[in-house]
Amino acid sequence: MSDALPEEIAAPHLPSASTTRSEFLKPHRIVLALIGVGLIVAAAMTLRWDWLPKYGDLILAGLWMTVLLLVVTSILGFLIAVPVGLAQVTGPRIFAWPAATFCTIIRGTPLLLQIWLLYYGLGSLFPFIPEIRQSFLWPYLRQAWPYGVLALTLSYAGYEGEVMRGAFAGVPKGEIEAARAFGMGRFTLLRRIWLPRAFQRVLPTLVGETVLQLKSTPLVATITISELYAVFARVRQDTYIVYEPLLLLALMYLVLTAILVYLFRLLENRLTPKSR
Amino acid sequence: MPSGLDLLALSPPGWGGVLLAGFWNSIQVAVGGFGFGLLIGMAGACGKLYGGPVTKDLLAVYTTLVRAVPELVLIVLLYFAGADLLNLALSVVGLGPVNVSALGAGIFVIAVVQGAYATEVLRGAIQAIPTGQIEAARAYGMEPFLMFRRIILPAMLPHALPGLSNLWLITTKDTALLAVVGFAELTLVTRQAAGATKHYFIFFCAAGVLYLALTLTSNLLLRRFELRLRRGMPAG
Repeated sequence: MSDALPEEIAAPHLPSASTTRSEFLKPHRIVLALIGVGLIVAAAMTLRWDWLPKYGDLILAGLWMTVLLLVVTSILGFLIAVPVGLAQVTGPRIFAWPAATFCTIIRGTPLLLQIWLLYYGLGSLFPFIPEIRQSFLWPYLRQAWPYGVLALTLSYAGYEGEVMRGAFAGVPKGEIEAARAFGMGRFTLLRRIWLPRAFQRVLPTLVGETVLQLKSTPLVATITISELYAVFARVRQDTYIVYEPLLLLALMYLVLTAILVYLFRLLENRLTPKSR
Repeated sequence: MPSGLDLLALSPPGWGGVLLAGFWNSIQVAVGGFGFGLLIGMAGACGKLYGGPVTKDLLAVYTTLVRAVPELVLIVLLYFAGADLLNLALSVVGLGPVNVSALGAGIFVIAVVQGAYATEVLRGAIQAIPTGQIEAARAYGMEPFLMFRRIILPAMLPHALPGLSNLWLITTKDTALLAVVGFAELTLVTRQAAGATKHYFIFFCAAGVLYLALTLTSNLLLRRFELRLRRGMPAG
């Protein structure tokens, strides 16, 4: 434990900056990778996968639902997070205080509880309000997805709103003063200087928040929205197979996370100026 | 029609006692899971920093897997797999199967999940210690364990505490996911109470207040603890 340094120096394959591939393919890594591949092959050969063709279409539909939920709620949530963050930094107290309370409540209670509160709580109140029953919204409000979307959106807005507060507050004062000195109006200043600079600051943390959001989507399966997790729960109920569906499900989320991280890295490379 | 306060009364016609019992279960799982998660995290951080190449790679696989797969999937997977594996191990040794208590399984699951996050937090905190301090300890001839207890642990705590506070808050909220596997913690008993009385709104709000109280109290205490740890350190 204590002789970490000598061991590193004595290592026969010192990492050289140019050859990243040979650095990655150390001998022990090849052995580990072979063991990993062996485990996967063993899982594919010995475990039961005969249910897979029958449920293929359902799984794809569930995957699409998960991606749709992720994209829609992240974008909507971010759009709410911007005013929530801004209100806490510059807003008058009547806006700042509710925004801070909103963030505290969302971040202080479990998402599962929020989802159930909206679905069962609001869902049980609405039928007693005649105005809502007669409105054009009623056919939608009888389904589960509006509540799922609302809960996930508010959750993203709460967490990201707190991050945006820090980002808005962290934009250097000089830049904002310079914009004011140019005679920019408040809205122009926000659109041209403050928001882009704050966005640049949150971009690295946005990946983490969105991965968290992806990992939150299975919770809406508990209110009968048939996304990826719900489909696999159904497979398990139908076939009485315990582990195989869960393992494949975990693998699919792993791949989704990897794609998400890759996409955000592309975005970050495009939006960050090269000079820095 | 009973009013809100009657529903939340502590004695049996009201459901307040049931809710508090569920809350107590939540707190037990959170404390147990966080405690064991810290132990896993401590071992993981040391392994990642000082272990051999194979240990490092295996730990990287562990933290990556756990942090990329939804907690709900992990909890369902580990909740069933944990009990099965334990019984398998017992039958290999020659002992009969045991019934794993829901509380024990819950603590195990939360600990495995939080251990991965704690590993990263603690690794970062240990790396933030100036190397001179560790070298000085070595120069004094301290054994690794003594050095860990006297130098590394106290020196890294101020760096680790913000991350660990965050993890503790996440842990308290993650316990709610155990409702999906049928563990009678606060969220599940709330749903049962709400379903029995059809007063969904009141009960879910009451549970929300309990969770919020736990979060805010923890925040207050952790803030104090952090100030105490940071005394004598330069600000920022």
